[in-house]
Amino acid sequence: MLKIENLTAEIDGKEILKGITLEVPAGEVHAIMGPNGSGKSTLSYVLSGREGYEITGGTATFNGIDLLAMEPEERAAAGVFLAFQYPVELPGVGNANFLRTALNAIRRARGEVEVDAMQFLKLSRAKIKALQMSEDMLKRNVNVGFSGGEKKRNEVLQMAMLEPKLAILDETDSGLDIDALKVVADGVNAMRGPEFSALVITHYQRLLDHITPDRVHVLMGGRIVKTGGPELALELEAEGYAKVAA
Amino acid sequence: MNTMVTGAASFLGRFEGLRERLPGGRTPWVAKLRAEAAESFRAQGLPGRRIEAWHYTDLGVLAQLGFTEALTLADEAPALPPTRAAHRAVFVDGRFAPALSLLPPGAAPLSEALEATEGRLGALAQNLPIVALNTMLFEDGLVLDVPAGVDAGEMELLSFATHAGRAIAFHPRHLIRLGEGAKLTLIDTSLGEAEATYLHNPVYEIAVAEGATLSHIRIQREGRAGFQLSTVLATVQAGGTYDNFTLNAGGRLVRNEIHVALQGPKAACHMNGAQLVAEGQHADTTTFLDHAAPDCPSRQTYKTVLAGRSRGVFQGKILVRQAAQRTDGYQMNQALLLSDDAEINAKPQLEIYADDVKCSHGATVGALDEAQLFYLRARGIPASIARAMLVEAFLTEAIEGVTNPLAQEALSEAISGWWQKEAV
Repeated sequence: MLKIENLTAEIDGKEILKGITLEVPAGEVHAIMGPNGSGKSTLSYVLSGREGYEITGGTATFNGIDLLAMEPEERAAAGVFLAFQYPVELPGVGNANFLRTALNAIRRARGEVEVDAMQFLKLSRAKIKALQMSEDMLKRNVNVGFSGGEKKRNEVLQMAMLEPKLAILDETDSGLDIDALKVVADGVNAMRGPEFSALVITHYQRLLDHITPDRVHVLMGGRIVKTGGPELALELEAEGYAKVAA
Repeated sequence: MNTMVTGAASFLGRFEGLRERLPGGRTPWVAKLRAEAAESFRAQGLPGRRIEAWHYTDLGVLAQLGFTEALTLADEAPALPPTRAAHRAVFVDGRFAPALSLLPPGAAPLSEALEATEGRLGALAQNLPIVALNTMLFEDGLVLDVPAGVDAGEMELLSFATHAGRAIAFHPRHLIRLGEGAKLTLIDTSLGEAEATYLHNPVYEIAVAEGATLSHIRIQREGRAGFQLSTVLATVQAGGTYDNFTLNAGGRLVRNEIHVALQGPKAACHMNGAQLVAEGQHADTTTFLDHAAPDCPSRQTYKTVLAGRSRGVFQGKILVRQAAQRTDGYQMNQALLLSDDAEINAKPQLEIYADDVKCSHGATVGALDEAQLFYLRARGIPASIARAMLVEAFLTEAIEGVTNPLAQEALSEAISGWWQKEAV
């Protein structure tokens, strides 16, 4: 599904990704763990198309298509979803309007019929219930005045609505209490299946207690320095990055 | 300096040529009013940039054009937007169009009702050159009285400029009076054909009596070669409310001046507006709020969106007179620049003589937020739609004060129409 080969990228002339090679097959959940400043967020932004990063080498393909040549909205339509580490507040934009606009934009791009207001309401209510969120969330402005936990739940709600093929979760666990963490994990687990892959980027092991990864990659200094099974996450937690990577 | 004099001279020349034939030309009080206005205009000329209030808006282009009066009504009725309200007053090239209008009781075109407006026409006029120009040359307008206690619902006032093949000028004078406790929502739209070169110079004299409420929604969508210089002169008595919302979304050069005097205790004013300014356009909103009585609240929120090479101006002055204790004034103006070539000039001014006063103002200027834009695009929303959503969100605060559904509809149509045409 996702294939990254020798990817290098820099920001403001400073090289952050120094040759990443990684493959996430369909149906698998991979974790990327790494200390602060290792390039985790840069990788997520580069994969989702944020401006300001210069790709200096390597490739990233999504089901064989060159991901790096696409606009952010084209990547989303193709099925890539980034759950933001810091979800952005949009004052003046209602959450329901935002979700419906996004859903219909993606459906249009995929040649599917758009959903009308009634269908949208029905669909969003079902997803909200499954995520144990308050319906009130739809009426509020996107992320405005949301607590940290609400913002992350809202990311998971967007993911549930847009049904991506590949979800990149950028430190979705940061700032979450255990209840919210479980909701987020349940949201991801509910989507697991042969057509869904995820790249779970995290600093800590605790999210991986709830989302069991198929593979764990250790990212340090802009490179994958070690890859292993779920037990690698436990090892990192116990021994620390420096020792495991050594 | 030369062009300024020329511009004034051409209007004065037309007045000299037309004065007998203008409405009320043989009615002594009208003739006197016009003569005095002509003197005032002769002395002041078209305001130049040396005058503080006109520092950011240069009428040089307008002065060079040499406008003539509108001739006759167009043979064919122009394509007007569908009627929204029960009553409608339509003016084509500044002249009342009876066949296109349906007036409510208490309304008449000024060209017919002029004789009866003695003492009323000009009562609120201040010594402003653009108002003097209007007084000198007005031909028509809407005279509207809403009697005490009457809720008149909604009414439309529509101005349409046709393509005359040469530059024309029209100077409608609208006299609107609400009796005690009366209510009205006036949806006031200015349109013009794309190729038409014209000056629309309306002056509104508005009197809101005790406890009355006038909601005045102005939607300015003049043609792209059109000029509008408008002046609202409003007085509000005790417990009355004058709400003005102005959308500036058309024209080549537009200035809206809004002067509101709160003259009785607990009189209120809300002035909100949005300016959507695109390539080659200049839009100016200048407000003057005169707090002359105690316990009056006033609120102003203006938002300006600028694209391409364009220029926006916001000047807002709040005067709190000594008698106006416990004034509660608020003014905010914000600009969103969508291009590096756009320019906004903002000048808030507070002048306070009372000692127990709450008055605040603020201004911000910014560009679209890249993080917000990326967030929307990362959810699959194409860049052009994402930008439109953020612009609309930026305008929300100014627009949400408009609660009348017909007015809301008219506004959102105008805004989305602008966006579709000017989307960048």
